[in-house]
Amino acid sequence: MENKSISAGRPAAPALTELDFQRIEKKEKDLGTVYRRSVWKELLKEIGGNPMAIFACIFLLTMIIGALIAPFSPYDPNAIDLPNKFQPPSAQHWFGTDEFGRSYFTRALYGGRVSLTVGFSAMLVTICIGAVIGIFSGYIGGKLDMLLMRFTDIFLALPSMLLMIVLNTMLKPGMTTLIMVLSLFSWASVARVTRAETMSLKARDFVAASRNLGAGSLRVAVHHILPNIMGPVIVAASLGVASAILTESSLSFLGLGISIPHASWGSMLQAAQASILDRPMMAVYPGALVLLTVLSFNILGDVLRSALEPKIVK
Amino acid sequence: MLKYCLRKFGQLAVVMVLISFFSFAVIYIAPGDISSMYLSPDMTEEEQQAVIEMLGLDKSLPEQYLGWAREAIRGNFGNSLASKTPVWPLLARRLPSTILLMGVSLLASLALAIPLGLIAAYKKNTWVDNAVSAFAYFGMSIPSFYFGMLMIILFTAKLHWLPSSGMHSVGVDTLPDTLAHMFMPVITMALSHMASYTRYVRANAIGQLSEEYVLAAKARGTLPGKILSHHVLKNTLLPIITLLGMNMASLVCGSFIIESVFGWPGVGSFAMEAIGKRDYPVIMAYVMLSGAILVVGNFTADILYSFADPRIKRGIDEAHGK
Repeated sequence: MENKSISAGRPAAPALTELDFQRIEKKEKDLGTVYRRSVWKELLKEIGGNPMAIFACIFLLTMIIGALIAPFSPYDPNAIDLPNKFQPPSAQHWFGTDEFGRSYFTRALYGGRVSLTVGFSAMLVTICIGAVIGIFSGYIGGKLDMLLMRFTDIFLALPSMLLMIVLNTMLKPGMTTLIMVLSLFSWASVARVTRAETMSLKARDFVAASRNLGAGSLRVAVHHILPNIMGPVIVAASLGVASAILTESSLSFLGLGISIPHASWGSMLQAAQASILDRPMMAVYPGALVLLTVLSFNILGDVLRSALEPKIVK
Repeated sequence: MLKYCLRKFGQLAVVMVLISFFSFAVIYIAPGDISSMYLSPDMTEEEQQAVIEMLGLDKSLPEQYLGWAREAIRGNFGNSLASKTPVWPLLARRLPSTILLMGVSLLASLALAIPLGLIAAYKKNTWVDNAVSAFAYFGMSIPSFYFGMLMIILFTAKLHWLPSSGMHSVGVDTLPDTLAHMFMPVITMALSHMASYTRYVRANAIGQLSEEYVLAAKARGTLPGKILSHHVLKNTLLPIITLLGMNMASLVCGSFIIESVFGWPGVGSFAMEAIGKRDYPVIMAYVMLSGAILVVGNFTADILYSFADPRIKRGIDEAHGK
């Protein structure tokens, strides 16, 4: 701008030499602060800096591996072996044996399989239903939005546990029923969150730019909205697994979940309740597993929230 | 304001109708015929037909539902299948002990959560705060029935201090005896609520502590305890009202599970028995009762909140163009 040589008034301007130009070095600093926000990097950083989160991750990994390798256990979780009932913990049976002589540790592993499967599947179904309804409602807006949100409000107001109990009483018990019933009553809050996020994203410039370049609604929704609402969705997923496992164990404890003889942590607790005064340890083991698993998912959910939702001030 | 109350009341009615219709439909479509409970093989064809007609089972779902709803509004929930007596007196007789349990545990959770939350907020990021947070995490994550079982193991099996089930010892009806029976269920039920209230109070109080009125109070030389109890407390309590309303659901369902763990003679354990026996009229009546407690709780919380916080009231009035 301040090049003295370029001046319209002078009749014969001398040819420009290199000296007339000011060399501009590429200075990163002047470009303003650049935030390199990689979701995964930020996650790892946040988890690494928090001993509780590290513990939660390690514990969950152990549980998942344990559940995966459960079939390699030398004992059948459902085989009845009455002569060996109520054995104390030993090298063969780490948690001892239960009232039918079944290896309690093996049963706990299989119970973990059930609880984790139900927890994860219910969470996935919940997120799918919730995100689809939320994005749909937020993106299209208008009458449809109003209608869907009324519907969501009603689902939020329903006494879910109560209706789950009624539903599970009447339906054939099993894993699929459990997963369906759990997700039926938990998608509403996910829909709320994704709707709010979609509404705010819809108004951003990059979405407008993409639309002006000719992108259709579906493309915008899948390529622009979806990746940007992943943060809150991941948080909801982690807390969702926690609450699904908690609810599953309550339902199984009431005898409305996984049916006998299959083990789930809740049904093991139900069986342990009968002999709680004589053999308290039977109740302590499965319950501690539920507690630690749910605790880990809750901790992880909170850590993820502070990593993925920078808006929230701690 | 009146309009707001009316709208909320309308929502309440819609939710109640939905809850009842939903439960009714589930029972209707469930495998296994209700009439099989009433029929016996030695009845003649006509007698069986008469029973089915009397029960209204030959009608369609909406007709049956309307028939049930008409009676239910008048307070007639039919007869229990198990005891052949009207359902409502059976439930009403057990209601006081459930309300007692819920009320006391609600008070206990508030009485513990508010001071804990305030102290944690005041000592933010110290060991006190961390301990309170850890406790809150623990309370949020433990299944209530498991905590109840642990309490039974500790206080009944090991220490022999407290009775593990029921509300009275046989033949005794004194206050200390009831209190001893109540202690474990109340604490168990209070724990999970306490956890969420504590987190909530803490988060709110942290916000309030950074306000200027707190600084002014400090400058005047007010003691920390007095700042918390006289200034911060009032402002953190408001949102708790909403939380109370929202937690009605877990209070009602919590009572269901905890009553079964401790054999508490309330509506929850009664309904649990009914579920075991597939006693449909009792299940329906229980669902309606719990739904009503919950929805009315929510409603009251909403209304109270708008009265307690003038800003909300003004917001509502403005929204309605007053």
